[in-house]
Amino acid sequence: MTIAFGNPDRPNSYIGKTVPRPNAPKLVQGRGRYVDDITLPRMVHVAFVRSPFAHARIKEIDSGEAQAVKGVLRIFTGADIAKVCTPWVGVLAHLKGLKSPPQHALAVDRATWVGEPVVAVVASTRAAAENAVALIDVDYEPLPAVTDTMTALDADTPLIHPDLGDNLAFQRLHEEGDVEAAMASAHKVVSAQFRTARHTGVTLEPRSILVDWNPAEGQMTAYHATQAPHMIQTVLATHLDLPESRVRVICGDVGGSYGIKVHVYPDEVATAAIARIMGRPVKFIADRLESFSTDIHARDHEIEAKIALDAEGKILAIDVDDWTGIGPYSVYPRTSAIEGNQVVNLCGGPYEFANYRAKTTVVFQNKAPTCQYRAVGHPIAVAITEGLVDMAAAAIGMDPVEIRRRNMYADDCYPVTSPAKMRFEGLSHHASMTKLMEMMDYDALRADQAEARKQGKSRGIGIASFIELTNPSPFMYGIGGARISAQDGCTVRMDPDGSIVALSGVTEQGQGTEAMLSQVVAEGVGVSPSTVRVITGDTQVTPYGGGTWASRGAGIGGEAALQAARALRQSILEVAASMLQADPGALDIRDGQVVDSDSGAPRLPLEELGRIVYFRGDTLPKDLPRELVQTRHFITMDYPFAFTNGVQASYLEVDTETGVVTLLKHWCVEDCGRVINPQLVDEQIRGGIVQGLGGALYEEIHYDSDGQLLNGSMADYLVPMAAEMPDMIIGHVETPTAESELGAKGAGEAGTAGAPAAVMNAINDALRPLGGQITEMPFTPERILRALGTIED
Amino acid sequence: MKASAGGYARAVDVPHALELMAGSEGAGRFLAGGQSLIAAMNMRLSEGDMLIDISKIPGLSGVAEDGERLRIGALTRHAEIGRDPLLRQHAPLLSDAVRFIAHAAIRNRGTIGGALAHADPAAEFPACILALGATLHAHGPDGDRDIPAEAFFEDVFTTALAEDEILTAISVPKAEPGERHVIEEMARRSGDYALTGLCLVRRSAGHRLSVFSAGPVPILAKGAMTALDAGDADAAVEALRAEIEPSSDTQATASYRRHLAGVLLRRAIARIEGETA
Ligand SMILES: Cc1cc2nc3c(=O)[nH]c(=O)nc-3n(C[C@H](O)[C@H](O)[C@H](O)COP(=O)(O)OP(=O)(O)OC[C@H]3O[C@@H](n4cnc5c(N)ncnc54)[C@H](O)[C@@H]3O)c2cc1C
Repeated sequence: MTIAFGNPDRPNSYIGKTVPRPNAPKLVQGRGRYVDDITLPRMVHVAFVRSPFAHARIKEIDSGEAQAVKGVLRIFTGADIAKVCTPWVGVLAHLKGLKSPPQHALAVDRATWVGEPVVAVVASTRAAAENAVALIDVDYEPLPAVTDTMTALDADTPLIHPDLGDNLAFQRLHEEGDVEAAMASAHKVVSAQFRTARHTGVTLEPRSILVDWNPAEGQMTAYHATQAPHMIQTVLATHLDLPESRVRVICGDVGGSYGIKVHVYPDEVATAAIARIMGRPVKFIADRLESFSTDIHARDHEIEAKIALDAEGKILAIDVDDWTGIGPYSVYPRTSAIEGNQVVNLCGGPYEFANYRAKTTVVFQNKAPTCQYRAVGHPIAVAITEGLVDMAAAAIGMDPVEIRRRNMYADDCYPVTSPAKMRFEGLSHHASMTKLMEMMDYDALRADQAEARKQGKSRGIGIASFIELTNPSPFMYGIGGARISAQDGCTVRMDPDGSIVALSGVTEQGQGTEAMLSQVVAEGVGVSPSTVRVITGDTQVTPYGGGTWASRGAGIGGEAALQAARALRQSILEVAASMLQADPGALDIRDGQVVDSDSGAPRLPLEELGRIVYFRGDTLPKDLPRELVQTRHFITMDYPFAFTNGVQASYLEVDTETGVVTLLKHWCVEDCGRVINPQLVDEQIRGGIVQGLGGALYEEIHYDSDGQLLNGSMADYLVPMAAEMPDMIIGHVETPTAESELGAKGAGEAGTAGAPAAVMNAINDALRPLGGQITEMPFTPERILRALGTIED
Repeated sequence: MKASAGGYARAVDVPHALELMAGSEGAGRFLAGGQSLIAAMNMRLSEGDMLIDISKIPGLSGVAEDGERLRIGALTRHAEIGRDPLLRQHAPLLSDAVRFIAHAAIRNRGTIGGALAHADPAAEFPACILALGATLHAHGPDGDRDIPAEAFFEDVFTTALAEDEILTAISVPKAEPGERHVIEEMARRSGDYALTGLCLVRRSAGHRLSVFSAGPVPILAKGAMTALDAGDADAAVEALRAEIEPSSDTQATASYRRHLAGVLLRRAIARIEGETA
């Protein structure tokens, strides 16, 4: 039996509706339980001495004075931790040539970025540990720091890791067709340089971990704010030499992740190692300065790119040369080459064209390591592609919407493979653009812009089409040898009172996963979502799964939940059929009752069925299967990734005297396949857009040429705030994936993917009559005035 | 990071506060709204402070008429400044400045005395009192002392107040009929400290123009004031850009701030003229 998604009046029609989030009251009332809320008996705190130099040899460590600080219990150096914790190497076999040196939990011999942990101090309170940290005297011999990406491979640039032979971590060149020939014969070639700024995720809850080692049980329990509990289980077991089965990772409430919390951090592994050594619970909660200096950064790219067109505005070729600096190590275990790799995979994404060349060069630097952050590589690829397309449109005098219409894949051409060799199952670029045009009333907006211009106001409209990679298969990490699960599982059971419990391998980071699961399970079984309790984030309890990343929770975790729920429904109906002497096919479950499927007449409440099964099982036939619990796992097989698509638009005004950009309105039409919960999806899109707007206008991590971090606080690192955010109008086109019954693809990163490009194009649309163009993010007031030539010195 | 305070005591009145300060062996710090001090302590930029909480001292808060002047208690909160009817009528520059200062939660706790004593070069109130020609009233071991605003701000976070002096009040002249006040600033996001800002006061005696976030202390832009008195806006802009010494940081370069100051001055002039017209 399939679900009649097209009929909103079908019984138990929770999929596709906005239902309340089961965890919202808890969080709003301050009754959540984050790692820092947990206190265990004999718990101690750890604080770290961190390198003040971007690159330095660690000579002597004198902790004599620190030992004497009241409350201090033990002090660990890199060598101490290395005795129980092996180093790791962040490479994946399928990223050919990627190299990275072994990385230790605490720096041994050499520190390679400002903020790298060097010494750990354990004390009865965090404050006492910090008092001692201030007294530890580390004798550093500063070494030359590599901070510039573009010169990292020059012969006279010092080597960060002499053993590796050069500062190159990874390089990939992809070529399709004949770019040179296409450029040579083109009607028009437009080239540009782009820069996306190094920024970071700024989670409300900082990185947090509390690790307890129970020697009597031989078991380690880590309470961890993480996106991937099972991955962390493997990592801790591997590097602390424990059986995987003896590591339990519990992930309760998490205050935002955005990709920040899916990586292995040396201070967190050190915390686990210390717990193992000391045999008592150890807590580490990063403070804001630690967050800015040690959370992964992302997006630090410099790009040169070209686009070639024929006289009709058809794209003939795209050529991209992308460079990124990733810090001193490739981050374990997902690696820091993925972002550059994504740029190669995603440039030109919405368009049908023949000749494509893209190269990414990933180099080491003495700055905080970079890795996957929300919409990995997408905002970069979309800015390059959409920036070029807009410039090309201007160069040939064509409307930016028209040039896109002429080049986007037709809605009926799927399946199709892109010049980057990405396989698209089904996208809706044209339908999405049509919907966007209606929503924003494009022609009226153009008229408004012209009217404003007459009054001396510089307004701009920017469009950005995009594709988004979601629902990854093992092609993302598994084939490279990482124990990162692309499949996910869900167990659904019915308890005696007729209530349902769902245990899922995907996790809740605050984005609403549990709401999504509750409504999928509710519809699958035939109960109200309020009777479904969802349990996630415990490796000892939930089915094995990948967790939260690459927009996979709904598409993969949701499908596993649906299949498990429907299997449970079948089990319940078989028991009910036996009890009612009926044919299971003639029964249905609706709103917690077994009913006649034809008439809808109630036959048996689930709690009565539960009572019989669990307490009077003697009254049922001996051979009747009565397991009111079912587990299903789901993995995508047909496509390496489920691509989604969408298009965003920005309308804004540039104050050409001050360079200030005021966002007037923002639109996004997005196709994530089946929308399970419209409100959750809309808010995911809005939140994603806000993060994209942050990258476009505000966020930038600054280092000086010695590798000193210049803005490690919320006062200096500007995140987007409510007052500056525009109204955001969200619309949907639904092209469900045929890989699953649910048909859902991901929606978590689309907003972030397209927003920066839309804003860039809108600013340039506003500046074009004045002869200015900007391509370096964030678009600060000063950069805008420099683009206009207002400030030159 | 966790703050490392040396201690805490609540003063019941000004003499008590001074007594606690005298006994603190140099570690004493007056605590008013805590919106700058506590933030600094939480980043361990200041350690071991013996906090002397003056926030509950009676009589140091509120706005009162004092002949031709208004007297503003040092503990008057930013939010109270913003809604005080006497200030709105007689010193609207201060009322208007409040919306630029931080966010509601901070304005509910921060005090004008704290903002002045803290002397952040990017803060609004210091520039306001400079433009208004205010007098600061301090009380120390040697009794009361009046300090003109022009002589109060000495360097970044440094004022003419001695360590053991309390700022008790600020008095400002009431605006004369026809007097105009304008504050203009530009910040990256609402509530952020200004990239640059200025206060323009037009009185019968002439213009007063103060600039903030354009050097180590807020300054009176005297060259620009003279040009404004002469009715030459272009010369005023040029003079202003020459007499400020902004620095560069991660938000903007000195060149940008210098340019911005000129733009803001033109806008301030336009607003004053618009108001008069
Ligand atoms: C996020 C944020 C944004 C902010 N943005 C702005 C802004 O845009 N503009 C702005 O102007 N300010 C801003 N502030 C600062 C805010 O206005 C503070 O309230 C103000 O600077 C200090 O006032 P306070 O009463 O909190 O002083 P406290 O923090 O209590 O004290 C500050 C200093 O002044 C001394 N002090 C306080 N009162 C007295 C007194 N009566 N006599 C002698 N010494 C005294 C203290 O010893 C301390 O050294 C911001 C603050 C935050 C946290």
